[in-house]
Amino acid sequence: MPYEDNEIDQNPGPAGPIVPLTGPGLDPAVIENPWQALRRFTPARIALGRTGHSLPTRELLEFQLAHAQARDAVYAEYDPALLSRQLQERGYPVLQVHSQAGDRKTFLLRPDMGRRLAPESRQLLQKYAAQGNPPPGLLFVLGDGLSAQAIHRHAVAVLDQTALALKAEGWETGPVVIASQARVGLGDEIGQVLGAEQVAILIGERPGLSAADSLGIYLTYNPYIGRLESERNCISNVRPEGLVYEAASSSLIDLAKRARLFKFSGVRLKDQPG
Amino acid sequence: MYHQMLGRNSFSFKNLKVLLAKATPERSGDQLAGVAAENAEERIAAQLCLAEVPLQAFLEEPLVPYEEDEVTRLIFDTHDREAFDKVSHLNVGEFRNWLLSDERSSQELLDLAPGLIPEMVAAVSKLMRNQDLITVARKCQVITQFRNTIGLSGRLATRLQPNHPTDDLKGVAASLLDGLLYGCGDAVIGINPVTDNPQVMTDILKMVDELRQRFDIPTQSCVLGHVTTQLEALKLGAPVDLIFQSIAGTEAANRSFGINLRLLQEARGAALALGRGTLGHNVMYFETGQGSALSAEAHHGLDQQTCEARAYAVARHFKPLLVNTVVGFIGPEYLFNGKQIIRAGLEDHFCGKLLGLPMGCDVCYTNHAEADQDDMDTLLTLLGVAGCTYFMGVPGADDIMLSYQSTSFHDMRYLRSVLNLRPAPEFEEWLLRLGITNEAGELNKIDFQNPLIRSLPEFTA
Repeated sequence: MPYEDNEIDQNPGPAGPIVPLTGPGLDPAVIENPWQALRRFTPARIALGRTGHSLPTRELLEFQLAHAQARDAVYAEYDPALLSRQLQERGYPVLQVHSQAGDRKTFLLRPDMGRRLAPESRQLLQKYAAQGNPPPGLLFVLGDGLSAQAIHRHAVAVLDQTALALKAEGWETGPVVIASQARVGLGDEIGQVLGAEQVAILIGERPGLSAADSLGIYLTYNPYIGRLESERNCISNVRPEGLVYEAASSSLIDLAKRARLFKFSGVRLKDQPG
Repeated sequence: MYHQMLGRNSFSFKNLKVLLAKATPERSGDQLAGVAAENAEERIAAQLCLAEVPLQAFLEEPLVPYEEDEVTRLIFDTHDREAFDKVSHLNVGEFRNWLLSDERSSQELLDLAPGLIPEMVAAVSKLMRNQDLITVARKCQVITQFRNTIGLSGRLATRLQPNHPTDDLKGVAASLLDGLLYGCGDAVIGINPVTDNPQVMTDILKMVDELRQRFDIPTQSCVLGHVTTQLEALKLGAPVDLIFQSIAGTEAANRSFGINLRLLQEARGAALALGRGTLGHNVMYFETGQGSALSAEAHHGLDQQTCEARAYAVARHFKPLLVNTVVGFIGPEYLFNGKQIIRAGLEDHFCGKLLGLPMGCDVCYTNHAEADQDDMDTLLTLLGVAGCTYFMGVPGADDIMLSYQSTSFHDMRYLRSVLNLRPAPEFEEWLLRLGITNEAGELNKIDFQNPLIRSLPEFTA
């Protein structure tokens, strides 16, 4: 049965534009698309309308704004001192480390350097390990990755929920390591030096146009330098509008327990029963 | 060993592999691999030296050992000596001149293709400026068919890419209708699934195929999961038109993708057996991209552009309907900025076309690369002038599933309009019949009487 014209008109699609320009149907140069009702089925940029063959000004600038936010997120300053204070207030011992990538450009160009500790950071961890601290069952690392915002906004909350639950069941979580210019693989070296049974690195994901503050969590059992990506388990898109903190935390707890039971993590862990 | 004197400076290059890498225009992936020229002068010294290398040398010195690599074996075992005869006396520098000469015809270049191996084509591209890459590629014409005709001169096809972050069928259908109403979809309606699962794939393929049959759209569809998943879906009875796979230029890199030549051969056989093509039997669709071999630590010390050209040897063996490089997807550690992405896009298109492929391009970038929509406009326009076979049509250029920016339905209208390019002829006729475009190829103002709009409730209910 075909749509009645007015039915479509009554469905203007998702929330109104961020950029306040001429509203729909008011600019004579803009040809609107009479299928805006389809927008309720997808977050994709459909039924944008056109002027000639081009995007109307409002839609153009909305896109440019999303890209600008994503770009800024990649280069946003990481604030390990702030994170450190927040964690210490909650009673966590904190260690701050840095990868071999000295700045953002090096980090982007040399993923290999983002996966290895700077020599002084390695020494710091070695010293801590030599002090007779018990080896962590699950070690938490907070790494900036490609979005420091993701860590600033979500990491402490997710970590706190997870660590409290695990500690209540007798898990040793050790110090929280805050890592700058960090790739996922940096957790391997950190975990190895501290003798962790497992490491969970909470890391900023590559900003997309729809979200610049998505957090990723990667769990690796028996971490050491050179672990393969297929030997980790990933929880992705953690943020209030995506996978909420509670869900991310309970997935992580579940994965860690299963990894302990089977003594491995990664693709194979997904396939294990229970 | 290759030597080059420049004034008092002497440069030497251990072998052909090193020479090619050092002669490559600057890019981050070769620097990451540690094979790039140390400085600008060394790069030009290598190019001067490479210009003197006879094309014949590439047949005498396999860059990846024949015994270790099935891609090398494919390249050498299928090389057409007779076709090569025409240029066998040339060195790389002379070959550039030969290609750019006014005397070259489209037919001559097409006939030459089986006589060329990827390493020769990569070599000559390294001596070319962007305009050279455009000039020669523009002359190459590669035509393929399934339910329509792709690659005719004066035509530009588009892949409609209606991805959705949860593979939701209505969500896919919504973007698909949007794309059709903007005149896109003649190359393929191709969906990247979130879940690599034969049932999910079958559901999407059935939905798209119903739409295609109902409106009698002269095009083909594809769900871009792993080739093994597509074979499973095919066994489940899914309406599989094209078989897709990402491919690379070395056996080891292909292994990291979970494929080999035998598997691709089997997949092609299975798709051909379905006999779904009406005009032709090009049933394969491949994607490639510089950097994939290095990323898999399977580059054998080769530069990333030469690795990429070798992937085209894999592609052409299976007579594909479509091949495109996904040029800026891999990230800034391989192609750092707009300049590097633009150069790589033009190289890939040139190499693919010269090797006889129906070459398209996913003109794209990620948010951590130093690139933006202006760079994409530049590459899109340049490749349009170069006669690129097809581009991607993504709603608003924003792929909400793969989280990267590609080209939009609007971009396709732009290019068709400013370069006077028309869709595949069968598809063009369909657009006219459905009232989507007019005789001049311009978009009509779509109203509620349009049959696609009238059908919306059925696809979204």
